[in-house]
Amino acid sequence: MAKKVGLKTKTPMPCADAQERRHSFEEVALGYAIEQAVVEADRCIQCKNRPCVAGCPVEIDIPKFVEQVAARNFEGAYKTLMEKNVLPAICGRVCPQEEQCEKLCTLAKKWDPVGIGRIERFVADWASSMSLGGSGDVVQPPTGHKAAIVGSGPAGLTVAADLAKMGHQVTIFEALHKPGGVLVYGIPEFRLPKKIVEREVNGLKRLGVEIRTNHVIGRTFTVDELFTELGFEAVFIGTGAGLPHFPKIPGVNLIGVYSANEYLTRSNLMKAYRFPEYDTPVIRGRNVAVIGGGNTAMDSVRTALRLGAEHAYLVYRRSRAEMPARHEEVEHAEEEGIEIMLLAAPTAITGDAQSRVTSMTCIRMELGEPDASGRRSPVPINGSEFELEVDTVVFAVGQGANPLIKSTTPDLPVNKWGNILADATTGATSKPGVFAGGDIVTGGATVISAMGAGRRAARAIDAYLRSLPGSELKAS
Amino acid sequence: MHVILSKEVLAPDVVRFWLDAPAIARKRRPGQFVIIRLNEEGERIPLTVADADPARGAISLIVQGVGKTTLALNAMEPGQAILDVTGPLGQPTHIEPNSSVCCIGGGIGTAVVYPIACGVKAKGGKVVAIVGARTKDLIILEQDMRSVADHTLVTTDDGSYGMHGLVTDGLKKLLDEGHRFDEVVAVGPLPMMRAVVEVTRPMKLRTIVSLNPIMIDGTGMCGGCRVTVGGEQKFVCVDGPEFDGHQVDFAEIAARLKAYREQEIQALEQYRAHACASASRA
Repeated sequence: MAKKVGLKTKTPMPCADAQERRHSFEEVALGYAIEQAVVEADRCIQCKNRPCVAGCPVEIDIPKFVEQVAARNFEGAYKTLMEKNVLPAICGRVCPQEEQCEKLCTLAKKWDPVGIGRIERFVADWASSMSLGGSGDVVQPPTGHKAAIVGSGPAGLTVAADLAKMGHQVTIFEALHKPGGVLVYGIPEFRLPKKIVEREVNGLKRLGVEIRTNHVIGRTFTVDELFTELGFEAVFIGTGAGLPHFPKIPGVNLIGVYSANEYLTRSNLMKAYRFPEYDTPVIRGRNVAVIGGGNTAMDSVRTALRLGAEHAYLVYRRSRAEMPARHEEVEHAEEEGIEIMLLAAPTAITGDAQSRVTSMTCIRMELGEPDASGRRSPVPINGSEFELEVDTVVFAVGQGANPLIKSTTPDLPVNKWGNILADATTGATSKPGVFAGGDIVTGGATVISAMGAGRRAARAIDAYLRSLPGSELKAS
Repeated sequence: MHVILSKEVLAPDVVRFWLDAPAIARKRRPGQFVIIRLNEEGERIPLTVADADPARGAISLIVQGVGKTTLALNAMEPGQAILDVTGPLGQPTHIEPNSSVCCIGGGIGTAVVYPIACGVKAKGGKVVAIVGARTKDLIILEQDMRSVADHTLVTTDDGSYGMHGLVTDGLKKLLDEGHRFDEVVAVGPLPMMRAVVEVTRPMKLRTIVSLNPIMIDGTGMCGGCRVTVGGEQKFVCVDGPEFDGHQVDFAEIAARLKAYREQEIQALEQYRAHACASASRA
């Protein structure tokens, strides 16, 4: 039975002060306290049609956990979350809820939607503070089947958790030295503290998932060898981001020009912001330009500020309306003093005698007809070039598919961009026993969409494993 | 964790390690490299796999101590372990069966060329090797090379050992003597590879060089190792590390290698100060 509408605005998220946080890698959004979470959860009217659930890629029973929070049954809320989402502390922080569950919230028709993401984060953090972990996990009896997961990003972690709960023996192969994929190398500490990723990964280990870092599939073992030599019966490929794109303009190989992947990996995974305590350096630019308009661009430009930039510019070729970044991220960035330059794109980067970046030439754009993405495409305005004095340039303009698996698995079909062809609902490829999901299939997308793909693939892999000859014998 | 099985000093600040890495030992082919990280605070650096012993599950790395990480590695002893070793990475050397190859190693570059020479011999080819260095003490793997190559020429810049001159002088001498090659493989410091390429360019003699830029992940994800080859952008970690030397933009690579020179000096000074302090305490 739906209840009456109470507060019309969302309970604000407590945040670190913009002036203090702009130089700190500590988390920006601080999370709800108990009372704030209860007040916000109580705003939910428990409407009959529950449109929010349809907006969740991993199908969380949102009204149920929100109601449990309103009733101060936090442990129950945590169990409800964990039934569908193995990474609630992460999703509560980085999901674009405004485009998903909250967008469809009945309250959002007239007022602010319920702050579902913020409540989710509260529940996950509360559970952690109570040292609850995996309390929602019910592991089924062992099936005797072995599955390999390639990549430990959001897709891989989700598949691994689901399959482990279904009773399968799961091993994750991670190319880098730390598990987590983009959650560890890409998303900065100030948006997603690494200890939270570690906590979620430890939850997986408690489920019995084995994680082998420093294993590059396609090199250390090929996909075929996972079957023939290591005895896996199904393989899920969730290798994520591929080769970063650089525009074909002069100067992209000068010193001080980075891909966002490299800039963020140096800072996040390698902790270059703590150099020389950590060995990996990064150029601490005084004037930094980040090219792009997505969340990766936002992460990069806010990292530049924290590395000590006096001016951190975000240069985006379209207008604010077309920016793919989350509204909240853009807002946070601007509060911190990021200078956003819209309708501009670089045409050349210039360096000094040592090949170090000294400036970037940009051209102004205007919006023309909508392109294939449905967004109005930027058109350069003749003669509108201008110079931007910068010493560091970071390109966050997307990436192509990684060739390592493709080139060593000839019978795995890919599209013309090198993305693996997989069934949208099951993740199945045409190679028997091989499934795929996340960015390696879709191209650059979000953490939660990769998790959604992982969730669906896990069901399909489970069905596949149980259909293998001799399956009943194994289980007994 | 990868335990160091043995350690042998080949030249001042140049050490050959054998370390436990069974999966890599099985898969590794000539030309490939690994990325290592010594400890939790460590950086990731690429090192060519100099040799592998699949039966023992071990790989060999030859390391020249030039910066903090390589000096710290060279100070490690058998029984100690390296935290992370990933690989084998990069494309294996493309070796034509029964081909005649001149393998040129300058300084530490000999460690990279040696496994390629072994690969050429394994495919029925002929190897003429040039092993060069600034001075006698810095010549490495001479005996290893002699045992695999059909003919080996040693050069030193100062004439303290072997032929007096650069490896390019050695190459010109061999060509003058009538040696003919299907291919030259030259690995060493950038100026050396650049010089070899200029010797072979006029005669259109195919020349392969192995590049060693700054890398992080080694799997194509970061693009830090990008180079320009034949006017096109290539990632050394997935497209290389070997390229047609006549197409490589060496000036750009030389500049990019200096990207973190200041920080490297800072890290090195700090490491040395720390190492001295530890030594005086001991």
